[in-house]
Amino acid sequence: MSNNQQTPGVVAARLSGAELEQNFSDLHAPLDAHEAAVAADRCYFCYDAPCMTACPTTIDIPLFIRQIQTGTPDAAARTIFDQNILGGMCARVCPTETLCEEVCVRETAEGKPVEIGRLQRFATDTLMSKDGHPYGRAEQTGKTVAVVGAGPAGLSCAHRLAMKGHDVVLFDARAKAGGLNEFGIAAYKSVGGFAKAEVDWLMQIGGIRLQGGQALGDNLTIDDLSGDYDAVFLGIGMGGVNALRTDGEDKGNVLDAVDFIEELRQSNDLSTLKIGRNVVVIGGGMTAVDAAVQSKLLGAENVTMVYRRDRNAMGASVYEQDLATSRGVRIIYNAQPAGVHGNGAVAEVEFEYTTQQGGKLSGTGEKFRLPADQLFKAIGQKVTGAPDALKLNGGKIAVTQNGRTSVSGIWAGGDCASGGDDLTVTAVAEGRDAAEDIHAAIS
Amino acid sequence: MADLTTNFAGIKSPNPFWLASAPPTDKEYNVRRAFKAGWGGVVWKTLGEAGPPVVNVNGPRYGAIWGADRRLLGLNNIELITDRSLEINLQEIKSVKRDYPDRAVVVSLMVPCEEEPWKKILPLVEDTGADGIELNFGCPHGMAERGMGSAVGQVPEYIEMVTRWCKQYTRMPVIVKLTPNITDIRGPARAALNGGADAVSLINTINSITSVDLDAMSPEPMIDGKGTHGGYCGPAVKPIALNMVAEIARDAQTANLPISGIGGITTWRDAAEFMALGAGSVQVCTAVMTYGFKIVEEMISGLDQWMDEKGYASIDDVVGRAVPNVTDWQNLNLNYIAKARIDQDKCIKCGRCYAACEDTSHQAISMSPDRVFDVKDDECVACNLCFNVCPVENCITLEPLTPGSIDERTGQTVKKEYGNWTTHPNNPSVFKAAE
Repeated sequence: MSNNQQTPGVVAARLSGAELEQNFSDLHAPLDAHEAAVAADRCYFCYDAPCMTACPTTIDIPLFIRQIQTGTPDAAARTIFDQNILGGMCARVCPTETLCEEVCVRETAEGKPVEIGRLQRFATDTLMSKDGHPYGRAEQTGKTVAVVGAGPAGLSCAHRLAMKGHDVVLFDARAKAGGLNEFGIAAYKSVGGFAKAEVDWLMQIGGIRLQGGQALGDNLTIDDLSGDYDAVFLGIGMGGVNALRTDGEDKGNVLDAVDFIEELRQSNDLSTLKIGRNVVVIGGGMTAVDAAVQSKLLGAENVTMVYRRDRNAMGASVYEQDLATSRGVRIIYNAQPAGVHGNGAVAEVEFEYTTQQGGKLSGTGEKFRLPADQLFKAIGQKVTGAPDALKLNGGKIAVTQNGRTSVSGIWAGGDCASGGDDLTVTAVAEGRDAAEDIHAAIS
Repeated sequence: MADLTTNFAGIKSPNPFWLASAPPTDKEYNVRRAFKAGWGGVVWKTLGEAGPPVVNVNGPRYGAIWGADRRLLGLNNIELITDRSLEINLQEIKSVKRDYPDRAVVVSLMVPCEEEPWKKILPLVEDTGADGIELNFGCPHGMAERGMGSAVGQVPEYIEMVTRWCKQYTRMPVIVKLTPNITDIRGPARAALNGGADAVSLINTINSITSVDLDAMSPEPMIDGKGTHGGYCGPAVKPIALNMVAEIARDAQTANLPISGIGGITTWRDAAEFMALGAGSVQVCTAVMTYGFKIVEEMISGLDQWMDEKGYASIDDVVGRAVPNVTDWQNLNLNYIAKARIDQDKCIKCGRCYAACEDTSHQAISMSPDRVFDVKDDECVACNLCFNVCPVENCITLEPLTPGSIDERTGQTVKKEYGNWTTHPNNPSVFKAAE
């Protein structure tokens, strides 16, 4: 007898293949040409547009929408890529509801912003579906830059450096490039192997050599890199996961949400992925939402997200929270973990309600337990493996505006660097700006 | 409930909304459906003389321009007069009129500019029981090359001559349809009046090329790689039509000549505007070709509601009401001073007013770092461009300064009394007169 949502324990194939396919299809279907025309017509072409200011990569949004409107989506894509070479991924994963679309004047006017994200995807998909790569390289400079980490920051930095005529060696701990675009992020936001396709497309510029399986550490030291290359950029992300520091955390089926998401992203057959009947996710950020929603989509009967503060303090946007609840995830606010119970593997998670007074969070003493076949921890990540020589700021590599670290010749950007939100788009901006600064410094 | 019944040059209809002579009125099937939908009258698509029917192109007949969301703003056509036989058209007109005695059925005509063809066709039309005729002196394409349509309408002497023949050979009211493809519309209107016309109707379509196919390098509509100029109509031509209607309505010679207003009428409001400028009936084409006959329901209910709100009991109360306020530039009050005002509660901070004013006008709008837009009274000339580009209704308004207050732009006190260019000290002719 096949499994279903009520099957006890942690099992695979709770849903049929067709249901899984449906559940993990594109969250936002791409706009067709007519839909794009209608959506583009709504843009007012604002002066010094608020959307553009809100975009961490400062894409000229009114211009690219006008270019779509006038039947030149390739030119629109160029406008996007000039600022953000990962504009295709950002169109899919950006929390537009808290960035460009939040400040769209039509959100102010009618509560319905121009669909900037989907229009961006229309433009970038149009150009990326064509052969070739839209950018060429400047005359070769003979300089070589080491970029460590092939996530959004590193890819963006590498591409810009290659454009400037520098050679780049792109190191990554994993064999496959892409970083969180490839290994993080909910599957329904980047379907059809887009992350890999985007990296392949980006690498077409030439001059970038990917060296996988090399993490900063034993076989790759910062001293060697500084010595061997004309400049170094670190985009190593956040490799560590925060611990719950709760009794019973070491029990079976207590997992890091990022590992679950990665396994899901790399799976070729979702019907082989095991998921609990009862799943508890602790955390309030995008990772927590991605883990909770995907648990539900895999067929878990009950998925509960528990966050220690209130709704407004949550890292995930209201849109993301609504997405979670619309998929059947229950969100409990104001409760913190008080213990993990079970004989060997987790069976129940105990929580204590919290109250906040003067910014300080404390338990109320009232406790409750949730049944759990699996517990996913999504309470934040941290930088690991940052070279000792570099100054840190709040646990991240301290950088000035263009990603300069405390050590000359070393730049950093993305999630591993101080400042900015931990977003793909922010990482792209930081990688790009660091590349410009590196170029200025070594030319 | 206002009384919408209309008596236009002796032609009666239950409301002032007529369908213009065009494809929608080319046959009985359409006209019956239009009358069922509530249209007050039709001008049957132009009939030509008996004989082999007119031949149309078999490629596209229309070109267009669009606004946002592909709203049709302007349409042009290269269709000729009816390409169905005279006999069938006459039979159908008779049949429709018999079943709809309360509606206006006017027949548009275009035959060669000679007395005999006109003398011949008029009794045939009269026999249908039609309420009147409209002389098509307007179409600028195709037929004009054959000495008809606008080729007649551009020569006032021909207008007068043909109108006189028609008045001579029929008892039906004669409406002369004017072409806008001239420099001064008053000439043709006066000619029609002199010829004895009972009314004029305007505007016919404007000569135009709507677009160019950049692959084929040919004007649109393109017929096998080539295009020609066509007649332009639709919402885009309304301002041109309104001006021409007003010119005739305020001309001393033609002031009492009934006018049937045509040109981009799409809503009840457009119709009311034409009527306010002197149109006793209105004719619609592009709007029904875009949305179908049903729009007349909105036109009737809208006009009715507005007239009730304003206390206008009948169509006559509305017609020409704005004509006294149409004047020449030199009579405008130069002592009237307004300033733009931005309602900050309504402002959505798009900054279009700022871009327009800063880049192209008087640098009279300021922008703060947090996107608050304010009018600089010492620069604002009240040009209205900000109002026109603002996407939010009534967010920007023009407010007159109170007499006695200071205009910060000029430092002058706002005068209470009226003063126009004819008496303005900067006017050289005033200066000369004073010498």
